Amino acid sequence: MSFISNFSNLFGIGRTTRHTKSSDMAKNRLTVAIAHDRTDISPGIMENMRRDIIAVLKKYVEIDEGNIELDLENDSAKGYFALVASVPVMKVRRTHGKP
Amino acid sequence: MASRVIVVTSGKGGVGKTTTTANVAAALAEMGSKVVAVDGDVGLRNLDVVMGLENRIVYTLVDAIDGHCRLSQAVIRDKRVDNLFMIPTAQSKTKDAVTPQQMIDVCDELRNDYEYVLIDCPAGIEAGFKNAAAGADEALVVTTPEVSAVRDADRIIGLLESMDKSPIRLIVNRIRSDMVKRGDMLGVSDVLDVLAIDLIGIVPDDEAVITSANSGVLLTSQASQASHAFRNIASRIAGVDVPFMNLDSREGIGIFGKIKTIFGF
Repeated sequence: MSFISNFSNLFGIGRTTRHTKSSDMAKNRLTVAIAHDRTDISPGIMENMRRDIIAVLKKYVEIDEGNIELDLENDSAKGYFALVASVPVMKVRRTHGKP
Repeated sequence: MASRVIVVTSGKGGVGKTTTTANVAAALAEMGSKVVAVDGDVGLRNLDVVMGLENRIVYTLVDAIDGHCRLSQAVIRDKRVDNLFMIPTAQSKTKDAVTPQQMIDVCDELRNDYEYVLIDCPAGIEAGFKNAAAGADEALVVTTPEVSAVRDADRIIGLLESMDKSPIRLIVNRIRSDMVKRGDMLGVSDVLDVLAIDLIGIVPDDEAVITSANSGVLLTSQASQASHAFRNIASRIAGVDVPFMNLDSREGIGIFGKIKTIFGF
């Protein structure tokens, strides 16, 4: 198998069709890395956003504030950033929060 | 005389800033403009050796800033290329030997005497970069077609934009067209897609760059591909519309290069 693969590489057969070209990989990885670099949210802004989100959620549910996870994650498959929050809910409020 | 101060920068080290500064400066000088190349990398001076002027240093940029000499005394005239001058920096000092305001003052003083001031910027995004870029109007960003270099270029472009440098234009250095064709190297269009910035030059990977730096001779006088590329960049800086080099045509390498091409080297 390895002989055949070496043999086909020698003649440039299958090199570009069977394997992803390394330049394509480079471009994809770069696109993701740079998109991430560009959405660099400062810790201060992240903390403010976290506080505001918690304030809104608390109107509707009782939450475990000490165990909230809030991250800006890059979904390379979908090609966008997602604000991923994990908020442990202790209890749903039945009366508050309704207009 | 409307003088232009241009910083040559990259973010990542080792992508060819100093080579670009030296050779673009020389090409601009050969076109008849009075040009000074300034080594902005305090403590890691290199422009002098690349230009082959290391034995003629008496005073440095830092000496002039510290008031030990006049700025004009730190200027070295290149005897091989008319109109080409160089200001070396200090090797025994650190980046904090210079402040951004001092660099602005130096650049403004040089505007009186030179049509182009090219500043060779250190790698990185810290004080050295900020000093070197402080006095510049515009920027050349050098990258190679590698993931790390392109990413750092993006970071530097963001910083240059926030410093209001304009135009900010890209040089893609050390392109190997054979590898690009095989799909084993990012092509110029890939790099441009990712960075979204204007292109001002494509420089092929060329052994002549190394051999000329070995001997401290600038590329301009040679018929190498890289030399041709740097002359094209100088023309575009001067506002002449030159088509981008087709790396496949092997232009500018002379008859020997053409023979080599035929035999597939």
